[in-house]
Amino acid sequence: MSRYFLKKLITLIILLFFVSLTVFSILFVLPGDPAQIILGLNASAETLANLRAELGLDQPFWTQYTDWIFGLIAGKSGNSINYGVPVTELIRSSLSVTGPMAVMAIFFAVMLAIPLGIYAATHHNRPGDVTVMFFSQLGLATPEFWLGILFILLFAVQWGIFPAGGFPGWDVSVWGSLKALILPAVALGAIRASILVRLTRSAMLDVLGEDYIRTAYAKGLKRRTVVYVHGLKNALVPVLTILGLQLGQLLAGAIIIENVYYLPGLGRLVFQAIGQRDLPVVREVVLFMAAAVVVVNYLVDFAYAAVDPRFKLQ
Amino acid sequence: MNAPVLEIDDLTVDFHMPEGVGCAVDHLSLTVENGETIGLVGESGCGKSMTALSILGLIPQPFGKVRFGSIRYAGENLLTAHSERLRRIRGSEIAMIFQEPMTSLNPVLTIGRQVAEPLMEHKGLNKTDAYAEALAWLEHVKLPAAREQLSQYPHQLSGGMRQRVMIAMAMVCRPRLLIADEPTTALDVTIQSQILSLMMGLKEELGMGILLITHDLGVVAQMARRVVVMYAGQVMEEADVEILFEQPFHPYTQGLMQSIPRGLKDDRGRKIRLNEIPGNVLPITEKVGGCKFSTRCPSVFETCINHHPSLKTISGGHRVRCWLLDDPDRRR
Ligand SMILES: Nc1ncnc2c1ncn2[C@@H]1O[C@H](COP(=O)(O)OP(=O)(O)OP(=O)(O)O)[C@@H](O)[C@H]1O
Ligand SMILES: [Mg+2]
Repeated sequence: MSRYFLKKLITLIILLFFVSLTVFSILFVLPGDPAQIILGLNASAETLANLRAELGLDQPFWTQYTDWIFGLIAGKSGNSINYGVPVTELIRSSLSVTGPMAVMAIFFAVMLAIPLGIYAATHHNRPGDVTVMFFSQLGLATPEFWLGILFILLFAVQWGIFPAGGFPGWDVSVWGSLKALILPAVALGAIRASILVRLTRSAMLDVLGEDYIRTAYAKGLKRRTVVYVHGLKNALVPVLTILGLQLGQLLAGAIIIENVYYLPGLGRLVFQAIGQRDLPVVREVVLFMAAAVVVVNYLVDFAYAAVDPRFKLQ
Repeated sequence: MNAPVLEIDDLTVDFHMPEGVGCAVDHLSLTVENGETIGLVGESGCGKSMTALSILGLIPQPFGKVRFGSIRYAGENLLTAHSERLRRIRGSEIAMIFQEPMTSLNPVLTIGRQVAEPLMEHKGLNKTDAYAEALAWLEHVKLPAAREQLSQYPHQLSGGMRQRVMIAMAMVCRPRLLIADEPTTALDVTIQSQILSLMMGLKEELGMGILLITHDLGVVAQMARRVVVMYAGQVMEEADVEILFEQPFHPYTQGLMQSIPRGLKDDRGRKIRLNEIPGNVLPITEKVGGCKFSTRCPSVFETCINHHPSLKTISGGHRVRCWLLDDPDRRR
């Protein structure tokens, strides 16, 4: 088993290397000169050239790339062109918004999708199943930002239960911060849930047709035990896989939803950095997000082993 | 006198599928007396498993339906029993062993848990007591290194060991009736005879009735006192085991006899069957006017095609469904 995970670790490192190369290349060829953006359109050619030399932008591609990568490996994060602070600092502060929001969104999605998926599977082709599938279809077709705006209109403007946007900060008000994250987390989670509910349903439908489910009934176990113990534990592996993959989509969704709700999170950070051609921020935040997705999927493998004993053999 | 442990009367099971209605079990009657082993034999697809599953109310949903008949367990009609009562009977009074020990055990639960479960469910034992009792049964069925296996998972066991686990799981609550659906089909011959003698021993010990389902007449000869031969959902012949082997009447039974493997094995240690009955079992949605076996019968004549034969008694306990009874000279 340890060899399996070692192999996975090496794949993970190679993968991150390619992500870094891709991000870097895209930003390299992208039009828009950071020096120009910083100095404005009236800057003289000379000051521009000086600033570009200072930022290392006059160097050839590979020199710039290796400088960046070796710097990162040595633990040296770039400085934000815009804010003048190390990017790690920016990541840390925005992660305190995006992290809890992502966790809340996943939690909400799981708590909603798994029971509903099981319900749909055990009521296959009956009205309950059809209703659940209808709402899941609706969720799949709904863009996050639209749901976000709808929630603002309902819960903030109409009923005034939640703030419409902004983030007070955890040190100012824990409850206020939590409240600020609930609507965006539910909006993000609801979309994830509509995928997850389908997956849970189909995984459960497969499992409930298995021989060991018939055995469980033949032993005289209660329906609840059969479905939730004998069935669910088997259906959990595919559900976990997709849950891991959904984190990537969640982070992509966060970019949009954080802009809808004016949250100073990772998504908004990278969104603004792109507009300002703050290259160190863009590439390091993107690399960080990619690493987060990959690492979470790596952890999901450990979760498999906990759920499915057969997994250890492979 | 005690009511028989199992009495199936006129059981008729239909499948309502999108492609049409099919009859998987057709007015089937059979009786298992207390402590008696009945063999239910027939080719693949003739409805043996559906008969077994309908006893415990486990016919595949949503297509399967019992249309007609009654199933009595010690006099109590299971088809009209309350679902909670039926659940209480399952696994405690009537236990079942399935064909594929690989797929019939839950891959993600430990052996210990799966064997102990019926005890916790039906006997109200706590976890410690149930596991101790489960261990005793695993030892009783001669599972090697039983204590260590408690925390193992099915994939870590061999096929024979898994079937021992299935048997222990069925036995823990000391059922009065065991339904064994092809308990040894997936096993190689040496393991097969070990499992069969284990079942015989347990039967003597607990005095339970066994409904033994198989398509292997060799197994039946070894185990059963009476045999019911099934084709296309119907009983074709029924007799005490000696009579059936000495004087099989029905051409179908004779065909089955000729296809008993006689010691020959293939390179994987499984028996090779010779002289399969020519032709295929008709799909259950196919309607046949006369005798259902007429499409494959070597002795078929006009009556067989146009008229449906009924089950007739030829001598004490020997019943046959065949027009040759009225016209013995037609036999080929
Ligand atoms: N889930 C199902 N849906 C539709 N038809 C089914 C289903 N299960 C079984 N049948 C039909 O019922 C008939 C009887 O099946 P059954 O499983 O009882 O046969 P069997 O005698 O046990 O055969 P085998 O030796 O292969 O186990 C089959 O011909 C099959 O067409
Ligand atoms: Mg069968």
